[in-house]
Amino acid sequence: MSVDKDTVRRIAGLARIAVPDARLEPMAAELNGIFQWVEMLGEVNVDGVPPMTSVVAQKLKWRQDVVSDGGQADALMANAPQGEDHFFIVPKVVE
Amino acid sequence: MSDLASDPIAMTLAQARDAIRAKRISSREMTDAFVRAIAAARPLNAFITEAGDKALAMADTADKRVASGQIGALEGLPLAIKDLFCTRGLRTTAASNILGDFVPPYESTVTQNLWDAGAVMLGKTNLDEFAMGSSNETSAFGPVLNPWRASDSNANLVPGGSSGGSAAAVAADLCLAATGTDTGGSIRQPAAVTGRVGLKPTYGRCSRFGIVAFASSLDQAGPMTKTVKDAAIMLKTMASVDPRDSTSVDIPVPDYEKLMEGPIKGLRVGIPKEYRIDGAPAEIEALWGKGADWLKAQGAEIVDVSLPHTKYALPTYYIVAPAEASSNLARYDGVRFGVRAEGARDITDLYERSRGQGFGAEVQRRILIGTYVLSAGYYDAYYARAQKLRTLIKRDFEQAFETCDVLLTPSTPGPAFAVGAKTADPLEMYLQDVFTVTVNLAGLPGISVPAGLTANGLPLGLQLIGKAFDEGTLLRAARAVEEAADFRHSPARWWSA
Repeated sequence: MSVDKDTVRRIAGLARIAVPDARLEPMAAELNGIFQWVEMLGEVNVDGVPPMTSVVAQKLKWRQDVVSDGGQADALMANAPQGEDHFFIVPKVVE
Repeated sequence: MSDLASDPIAMTLAQARDAIRAKRISSREMTDAFVRAIAAARPLNAFITEAGDKALAMADTADKRVASGQIGALEGLPLAIKDLFCTRGLRTTAASNILGDFVPPYESTVTQNLWDAGAVMLGKTNLDEFAMGSSNETSAFGPVLNPWRASDSNANLVPGGSSGGSAAAVAADLCLAATGTDTGGSIRQPAAVTGRVGLKPTYGRCSRFGIVAFASSLDQAGPMTKTVKDAAIMLKTMASVDPRDSTSVDIPVPDYEKLMEGPIKGLRVGIPKEYRIDGAPAEIEALWGKGADWLKAQGAEIVDVSLPHTKYALPTYYIVAPAEASSNLARYDGVRFGVRAEGARDITDLYERSRGQGFGAEVQRRILIGTYVLSAGYYDAYYARAQKLRTLIKRDFEQAFETCDVLLTPSTPGPAFAVGAKTADPLEMYLQDVFTVTVNLAGLPGISVPAGLTANGLPLGLQLIGKAFDEGTLLRAARAVEEAADFRHSPARWWSA
C-alpha cells in the first residue's frame, strides 16, 4: 500500500493541517519511506496476542464525582489569541 | 566536578547540597555563578528562556530557610528545566512556534515537587519541537550545540535529543542537574552523547501532569545529572503519587540514595544478544564488553538473554507514538491558546492555517503518520498490530527478567554526530533510538551512564534496564558501572572563550 499525493491531501485535511501543494509530493515520498519500513511488522504472527492497553498493571483510579476545581475563567482566557467577556472568538460558524 | 567553592558550577548536586547545608556557600552565590555561566554559554543555545532574576529571588528565599534551619531536600540547588514542563507565570514553548508566548497558569507536578523541596529554577532548556527528534535540530528556537567537540575537528556536534538543551546544560556546567522527558530515548540518548547520566523511570513513577503531552502511554519525566547519586537524589523528589495523573502509580517513593548503596555481588546482569547490530561501530561493541567485565569483576553474574522482538521495536514505536501525538496535538487549534494564523476564511481554514504555520516539518510528518494509521481502513493493519507487537516486546522483557535482575546494553549506536548530518533522512534519525525505545514500549526504567570516550574523544554511554519500579537495583548497578568506568572527562569550555 503506497501513499500518493491525494492520500496526503486527504490525511492533511483530517489532521487539519494546511500542506501547500508543492509539499504534497515530497511528503508522500517521505511517508512512503516510513510506511515501507514499518511493513516489517507484517512478518510477525500476532494471532491470539492481546493488544496492549496499559503498560503498567494498574486499575484506573476512581474518585468521587464532585467538583474539585473551577472558577478559573480569567486564567483560562489569559492565553487566548482572541476573546471577550470569557468567550473565545472564532470566525462565524453558523450562517 | 571538584568540591571547590571557587568553581561552584563544577560541583555535583550531592556536593552542592553538602556545601549549602554546611553554609560553605550560599544559594545566592551558587545561583549567581550559574546565571553568569549561562550568559557566557549562549553560543550553545541550551536555554530557550533564561530566568536569572527569578532564580536569584528563589535563591534568597532558600538562603533564609537555610538560616532558619528549614532545609528541604534540594534547598537552594539551581536546576534547569526542559521547556516541556509547564511553569506557572513563565513562558513554556515545547520549542514550537504554535505555542507562541504561552504562559501557563499552572505548574507541572514534577517541577512543583522540586520547588517544594527548595530547588532554584535557572531557566527553561531547549528541546526538539514537542520532544520529537533525536538531535535537538527540530526546535523552532534553533539547534543546541553539544559542549563536546572531537579532538580532531572543530565541527559543531548535536547534543542528542529531544532533551538536548538539558543535556548540554548539565555537560557544560550550566546547572547542577536538569529535568528531561523520555518518550523513545529522549533522556538517555542525549545524556550518553554528552557524557552524563540520564534516568528514565518506570512509566507511572513521575506524574505527567503539566508536561506538554507527546505520546501519553510512553512519556516519562526523569533526571539528567552529573552522577548516578545525583540521579537518585533528583528522582526521590521528582517522583510522587499524583491524583492529577490517572496513570501515576500508587507506590510510595523509596529512598533511592539508600537503595543505590551496596555491593552488586550476585546480581544477575543480562546481555541481550539482539542488541548486537550489524554495522555498529567496533568501539560501541568493545565498550559493551568492557561494561560486562566491570560488573563481573565486582561479583555480578553475566547471563546471556534473548529479546526476540527487539528489531520490531522502532517500527512499532513509529506507529504508536505518532498515533498518540496526532490525538494529543489536536488541541493546538489557534482558538484557546497559542498562535492564530491571520486571514482565515472560516473556522476550518483557521485550524488548517494555524497548524500548518505553527507546527514544524517533523511534527507535521508525525501528525500525518498518526492520522493515517488511525484512519478508517488502516487502523487494524497498523495501529492494532503495533499494539500487539508492544505486548510481545513487553513479554520479551518479562521472560528475560526470569533469569536476570538488570540488562546491560549500549545506550546509542554511535557518538554525537555533526549538526545537519542526519536531517535529510527521517529514518536515519529515528535509528538513533534503536537501543532506548524498547524500554519505553515496555514501560521499564532505564539509565545511561557515561562509560568511555571514542578514539577522537567523544563520550559514549552504557544503558542499564531494570524491572518495573525497581529503580533501586537499577541505580545500584549503574553506580557499579560508574565507579569502574571512572569517567572524569569534561568538555573544554570553548564557548566562553
